[in-house]
Amino acid sequence: MKRFVGFVRKEFYHIFRDKRSLFILFGMPIAQILLFGFAITNEINNVNIAILDQANDVTSKEIINKIAASKHFSIVDVIQKESSIESIFKKGKVKAVLQFENNFGSNLIKEKQAYVQVLTDATDPNMANTISNYISAILKKYQQELNKNTSKNYQIVPQSRMVYNAELKSVYMFVPGVMTVILMLVSAMMTSISITREKEQGSMEILLVSPLKPFQVIIGKVFPYIFLSVINAIVIVLLSIFIFNVPVNGSLLLLGIESVLFIITSLALGILISTISATQQTAMMISLMGLMLPTILLSGFIFPISSMPLPLKVISNIIPAKWFIIIVKGIMLKGIGIGFIFKETAILVLMALLFIGISVKKYKIRLE
Amino acid sequence: MKNKNVIQVENLSKLFGGFAAVNNISFYVKAGEIFGFLGANGAGKTTAMKILIGISSPTSGKVTVAGFDVYKETESIKKNIGYMSQKFALYDDLTVKENITFFGGIYGLSKKQIEQKQHELVGELGLQEVVNSLVGSLPLGWKQKLAFSVSLLHDPKIIFLDEPTGGVDPITRRQFWEMIYKAAHNGTTIFVTTHYMDEAEYCDRVSIMVNGKIEALDTPKKLKEHYKTNTMNDVFLKLARG
Repeated sequence: MKRFVGFVRKEFYHIFRDKRSLFILFGMPIAQILLFGFAITNEINNVNIAILDQANDVTSKEIINKIAASKHFSIVDVIQKESSIESIFKKGKVKAVLQFENNFGSNLIKEKQAYVQVLTDATDPNMANTISNYISAILKKYQQELNKNTSKNYQIVPQSRMVYNAELKSVYMFVPGVMTVILMLVSAMMTSISITREKEQGSMEILLVSPLKPFQVIIGKVFPYIFLSVINAIVIVLLSIFIFNVPVNGSLLLLGIESVLFIITSLALGILISTISATQQTAMMISLMGLMLPTILLSGFIFPISSMPLPLKVISNIIPAKWFIIIVKGIMLKGIGIGFIFKETAILVLMALLFIGISVKKYKIRLE
Repeated sequence: MKNKNVIQVENLSKLFGGFAAVNNISFYVKAGEIFGFLGANGAGKTTAMKILIGISSPTSGKVTVAGFDVYKETESIKKNIGYMSQKFALYDDLTVKENITFFGGIYGLSKKQIEQKQHELVGELGLQEVVNSLVGSLPLGWKQKLAFSVSLLHDPKIIFLDEPTGGVDPITRRQFWEMIYKAAHNGTTIFVTTHYMDEAEYCDRVSIMVNGKIEALDTPKKLKEHYKTNTMNDVFLKLARG
């Protein structure tokens, strides 16, 4: 045990004296979560829109005022004829045009139904989708206010028109994904690099000649990264909660346990990578290409698995991140307990055991 | 311990597929001896040495190191040997003190023992000024000397040195060999591989491996007489060129 403590202390010296390691360990997670949180957000603020008010009556004016008052939109232009719509889009001045039909107000009173056309610039599909949703929400709210004092059921129907539709995402969806990618990166890449570094510089030989057993060497090397990954997970969850107001609806304890499980699975993968690579460069390439890319592309983090072709769907099953993302989303957003994520948890446990088993076997072969 | 063989190798072979890296070699090393293990690159000396230090297992043959069997008792062997290689001396990003503490620690020395050893060692090498400096900032010669002392921390019966003086200047090499003599004088057996033939002259006995076999094994003096040359360098060239 004393030997182990000495070993772990040495490992921490390595980590804390290497600026690059430190950056990857702590700088990257924070940078990533902030980037994903702020840059790839669907919150919209002060989006420039134009109005084409063909009705020009009290009701349409009221709605325009509501939109102008919202912090999400600023009305930068009022156009007079339909033919101007295309040119205003082409200039890129506005992201959306709101078109009120002729006799909007009187239609609403007489027919109880009136139409607003929401035209959005769908070159940025996410943005377009969000704008259209926000406007619909404003219209709906107005409609509710209108109907509150009357038994009549007025309906304002927004007609959205976009070039194509993208699925709606929000920062809530990114947090589990980013957390998964970061834990994978730190756990698998950093351990595989740190183990191969010892191989590359020849110190692994010295360690193996010492009375330390090979598994003690490996556990000694991996332990600090378990610790640091857990800290990372905590930082990410705190950032999500306090900066992005992502709720943690389920048990924090369960989230913690599942995270440790995923960390161990990734560490086992890192060890496995270190057994097959001779240099740090190889380890890094394998970690990046073999782990990071599939984790980002095939785990359901960015691209929904349900819309993948069958072969990719099948492949996605062997990616640990896929199961962890399901678990994290379940706990954080849906607030579900272990009962609902038992299958995913069991799969991760099996994967961890499998990777550890293969690594142990590989290590023995290498030492022969 | 005197006059007992601390390393005993009989008919040792190591095959990689069909290739015999070590081909049926036999030799012994006496306690307290400085044994030079020479050979060209690829002659099989690294493979043989890896078997002796317990990180590779032999294909066939009987090998005991410090009285322990290399097949079954590698753990006991590891406690009784020290190892230093040219490739890796000490961790550059740890200080002198941290390196000593770490290596003392993995050999199971107590805190008190480590402190005492560190005090002795730093005094002997005159490293008082740099005890808290990173090893990476020291000149290579100092590092190698320090690494040698560190590999002796746990008072091993045998120390294996794999080209310990590679890339070091002649003065430091000379000093290094003085340290080797001192360790041998204190009863440590030295098993050393080297490329420098002048160093071979310093050994009590020398073996020369060619293509997996030991082609010659004797004192430097007798080898030179036998091959009718003046230097070990010529002995080596005669053998290596066949």
